[in-house]
Amino acid sequence: MTAATTQPMAVPDPAHTLPVELGVGVLTATLLALSLVSLSLVSLGLGAAPLGWGEVLGGLLGTGPEGHQLIVRQIRLPRVLLAWLLGASLGMSGAALQGLLRNPLAEPGLLGISASAGLGAVLAFYFGLTALSLWTLPAAGMTGALIATLLLYLLTRGGSSNLTLILAGIALSSLAGALTSLVLNLAPNPASVQDMVLWLLGSIADHSLADVRLVLPFVAVGLALLLASARALTLLTLGEAEATSLGVSLARLRVLVIAGSALAVGACVSVTGTVGFVGLVVPHLLRALVRHRPGRLLLPSAVGGALLVLAADLAIRLLQTPQQLMLGVVTALVGAPFFLVLVLRSRQVLP
Amino acid sequence: MSLLSVQALAVQLGARAVVKDVDLHLDASELLGLIGPNGAGKSTLLKAIAQLLPYRGLVQLDGHPLRRLGARARARRMAYLSQDNQVHWPIRVEELVALGRHPYGSGWSGGGHGGGRARDLAAIEAALRAADLWTLRERRADQLSGGERARVRLARVLAVQAPLILADEPVAALDPRHQLDVMDLLHSHCAGGGAAIVVLHDLTLASRFCERLLLLDQGRPVAAGTVGEVLTVANLRRVYGIEAIRGTHQGQDYIVPWARDAVQAGN
Repeated sequence: MTAATTQPMAVPDPAHTLPVELGVGVLTATLLALSLVSLSLVSLGLGAAPLGWGEVLGGLLGTGPEGHQLIVRQIRLPRVLLAWLLGASLGMSGAALQGLLRNPLAEPGLLGISASAGLGAVLAFYFGLTALSLWTLPAAGMTGALIATLLLYLLTRGGSSNLTLILAGIALSSLAGALTSLVLNLAPNPASVQDMVLWLLGSIADHSLADVRLVLPFVAVGLALLLASARALTLLTLGEAEATSLGVSLARLRVLVIAGSALAVGACVSVTGTVGFVGLVVPHLLRALVRHRPGRLLLPSAVGGALLVLAADLAIRLLQTPQQLMLGVVTALVGAPFFLVLVLRSRQVLP
Repeated sequence: MSLLSVQALAVQLGARAVVKDVDLHLDASELLGLIGPNGAGKSTLLKAIAQLLPYRGLVQLDGHPLRRLGARARARRMAYLSQDNQVHWPIRVEELVALGRHPYGSGWSGGGHGGGRARDLAAIEAALRAADLWTLRERRADQLSGGERARVRLARVLAVQAPLILADEPVAALDPRHQLDVMDLLHSHCAGGGAAIVVLHDLTLASRFCERLLLLDQGRPVAAGTVGEVLTVANLRRVYGIEAIRGTHQGQDYIVPWARDAVQAGN
């Protein structure tokens, strides 16, 4: 073993040796973003009245005929934008939670935030609040997500471990699930049950720009909180004790990730219904591209999540099925086997 | 003035007093071995000094109470190496070592403080070369052997360039060659003007590398001083219940634990 040598250093490429936390992530995210924009244009052109790329751009920018503007902006754009917001929230939350818990099987659904938002929405249906205003359903969903977040915070505050967080999340999602079943059980008539079930299945169809405007600020703040955790998430690679010894505040990191996920995912789910597995699958597919650095995985996972949700939605629209498939059903159908493969693989790695 | 001074330190975990009334002083260039049987409170004491656990008492670095120092400022003066030889994501060796420069950076970027990027790069390269990892720098952490990984984690600690290193059982589960490598690295850190506290189970290594030892038993310091003063027949019998072979090699005393203590075994 030699001591530090004094021979002239072959100074390596700085970007290579000392990476800026989001560096490679930005490049990957840019490539994904280009694909996302292309796919979005395809999605905007698709429908009962098919439009070409030029017509879509004309409608979007307001230079085309009024009919095109109406179709593209009022009918098709909200769907695409919701796909972006939902996918970005799920993808980035998944990446951040996997980093925080240092567990590749973590995802937003694990914390019970989606399930609690679902419970809030189902209660709004049950008490007939949805008829009052367009805003009551999302508001009820967000209230559910918020209460879940506060409970999570109370349960895990003060130096408790990540295991406590996982167990609290499992308890919370089980409770929300059970209460949701209870509400369905007690529902007064079959029609309201159908409303609830269809909402729970999750969909980004039939929404207006008003819904998008409602969700956007929460998603923006949520994603900003998650991005602020990037550096600390990478430092957690060293374990909690060493990360703390390097100046990371675990309490602050936990608040950032829990609050960020709850805001972004809670707001989206309140409008779209529960859509699972995106937050699990996307970070996995992208991890090797950012050389496994949890901090750099955040941005690409957001764009990748948007891409995946948009692609799944496109597939639903292109498939000829007697009843249009719901987004949450499709992501679960694709995601659950993926999850099983992950579990099997992790079993092979562990002793 | 000593580099590190600990006065009347006590740690209470739940209802149990794990560490009681520890005083210790460490000067620059000193390598202090923290020894004692399982459950003696060695790791807890080290964590308390590293400010990772709540404690009573006073811990001062260069005469400043550590409790009042900001997290980053503290991290630049004191580097901590934990017991678990695990790297949680398979990131590259050089990127892992670069994490040691975090206390000098700001926000998301790696550099920025003081000398900035050039100093960071120099520190990372020096740490990689010192730990004999230069050729492995682009390998992924999960493709390394246990011994290589231990060196990477130590290089990460060296990259901090903190005067004080706290290492919790850095040689556990390593083969003899790697044990010597790791102890050599810590020794040369101290020879270069730094200081280190190392938790050790291996009394032979402790006697070979540490100028001074602190022997803990049931949370209390039992003996402190040179190898000759601490690893006495009476102390080994009382604290560990063992007998050891003693020798001198190249002017240095060493011991090799040999058998359970005959008096205790007879009970």
